[in-house]
Amino acid sequence: MSTMTAEPAQRTQVRIPAVDPATAVARARPRTSVAETLSQTFSMAWRALKKMRRNPEQFFDVTIQPLLFTAMFAYIFGGAISGNVRSYLPLMIPGIVGQTVLTTCMATGVQLREDMDKGVFDRFKSLPIARIAPLAGPMIADLVRYLIAASLTFVMGVAIGYRPAGGALGVLGAIVLAIVTGWAIAWIFTFIGTIARNARSVQGFSMMILFPLTFLSNAFVPVSTLPGPLAAFVKVNPVSHLVSATRDLANHAVISGEVGWTLLACAIVIAIFAPLSVYSYKRHM
Amino acid sequence: MTTTASVTATGLVKAFGESRAVDGIDLEVRQGEIFGVLGPNGAGKTTTLRMLATLLPIDAGNAFVFGVDVAREPHRVRQLVGVTGQYASVDEDLTAAENLWLFGRLQGLRSADARATGHRLLEQFGLEDAARKPISQFSGGMRRRLDLAASLITRPPLIFLDEPTTGLDPRTRGQMWDTIRGLVADGCTIMLTTQYLDEADQLADRIAVIDRGRKVAEGTPDELKTSVGTSTLQLQLGEGADHDLARQVVWRVIGREPVVTPESGRLNVPLDAADEAGDVLIGLRQAGVTISSVSVAKPTLDEVFLALTGHGATEVDESHDTESNERLVEVR
Repeated sequence: MSTMTAEPAQRTQVRIPAVDPATAVARARPRTSVAETLSQTFSMAWRALKKMRRNPEQFFDVTIQPLLFTAMFAYIFGGAISGNVRSYLPLMIPGIVGQTVLTTCMATGVQLREDMDKGVFDRFKSLPIARIAPLAGPMIADLVRYLIAASLTFVMGVAIGYRPAGGALGVLGAIVLAIVTGWAIAWIFTFIGTIARNARSVQGFSMMILFPLTFLSNAFVPVSTLPGPLAAFVKVNPVSHLVSATRDLANHAVISGEVGWTLLACAIVIAIFAPLSVYSYKRHM
Repeated sequence: MTTTASVTATGLVKAFGESRAVDGIDLEVRQGEIFGVLGPNGAGKTTTLRMLATLLPIDAGNAFVFGVDVAREPHRVRQLVGVTGQYASVDEDLTAAENLWLFGRLQGLRSADARATGHRLLEQFGLEDAARKPISQFSGGMRRRLDLAASLITRPPLIFLDEPTTGLDPRTRGQMWDTIRGLVADGCTIMLTTQYLDEADQLADRIAVIDRGRKVAEGTPDELKTSVGTSTLQLQLGEGADHDLARQVVWRVIGREPVVTPESGRLNVPLDAADEAGDVLIGLRQAGVTISSVSVAKPTLDEVFLALTGHGATEVDESHDTESNERLVEVR
């Protein structure tokens, strides 16, 4: 501590002591703790929420889509599938909930990719923070979007004549399940966000996953009307489980085994895609 | 006090496909100094910095920051360095105060401490009035100061600055230089990249000149300038003048190798003192070499590059005559 610090000590008497490399090296820890990781993730979520409030156009998809799709699907398919619109609604509304939440997941991936191309992401990379925090933070903020998307679908459904027999509690349960599933499935799109070249290719790639997942499910049509091989896929599609679980909750206030299957599928998706995303974020960015 | 260098790098390599952006660079940055990495666009300065700052994987060679291995313990290295550059910047959707608060929180400060630190830094950098303004309304200089402030929250002992004054007006540039000197006075080590010789000259204790991924010279600003000469005699030879003869004359008169551009008939002669210009001109007259124009100039970055690498600072991507490319100036 001799020559180098003597002069600055005078200069910065009232302020702060001089920077000392040896102490800094001794204090530098090899990795982040779980508590630090959580705190960093919530800080990143705070950032994402601030951005949402300042760019309200980010809410377009989660507001317009539920309103538009609910009305459109009800009046187009209602008569053909269930004889009339009203009796189609208990079948369809849970389907739209599943579809909307999935589309919102795609937006999570696209926005992450856009965000990652900005200079501030280099700053995040240069900081001693858990690599999962910049990925998981925005996803937590996106829970707000899943909430809006799922709730608006039910509101629109009620407006055009849907009367959920499961009551308020059943509907609430269905919304919570949709949010949880949305967060889990979003890891798939986050992973795509970390491997894709740019935001547009995330969108293109995600569409290819999204359409089969939503339409090859029981979201809009009864499985019994489908040919054998297709029905087999529909039965294992996690979206089908989400839609069935949502129907049981919203229409019968029953927490069925489908809820268990949905949560299991969520756990598997997270277990695979969360580590993959972090790995790919570390490698490619 | 330890004598560990701030940065030690040996044989650093970064390849992007076929091309080697950084092709075997050795560096040693001592504690408490300002180390300048000088080079034209595309020379590999930024890539080198990004590798040292853990932002890019190192393809070959190794690097240590205060003795900590950059490739093996990146998380520890990140606790020792601050990075400011064309890339690592701030969030444009947040205000200045929010940015600093966020970076403070991410690095483990309590909410109130993060706010206080942010406030102190904004004050230190003369940004307190702009604390709640959107970043989009910031001037270039304000933006650069905020970027730097964001790197100083945990007061890291080593700060990487990538072209800290590129695009700034002269006054703002001078302020940035003062800020950087202030950081060193507080005990920080600075490693900065720049395209400007005068910036390296004004700020740096030692300079490494980088060209096409390789280090072509290293030394103090004075050593570097001496190697180029204190000024340069620029000659335009007359029609049909003998370039080889002119070169021999210069060598005989002042003992230095001139840089010849045969296509345009130009001859650049590095001089130790401006008087030598007269000796060279007399020598050429006596040898019968005709001259169409003469000027004497201070060495610019372009001259330094011409002397060190045989090509100008701004024309890295063009092909050059290989003979002069092989000249490599060693400076101690």
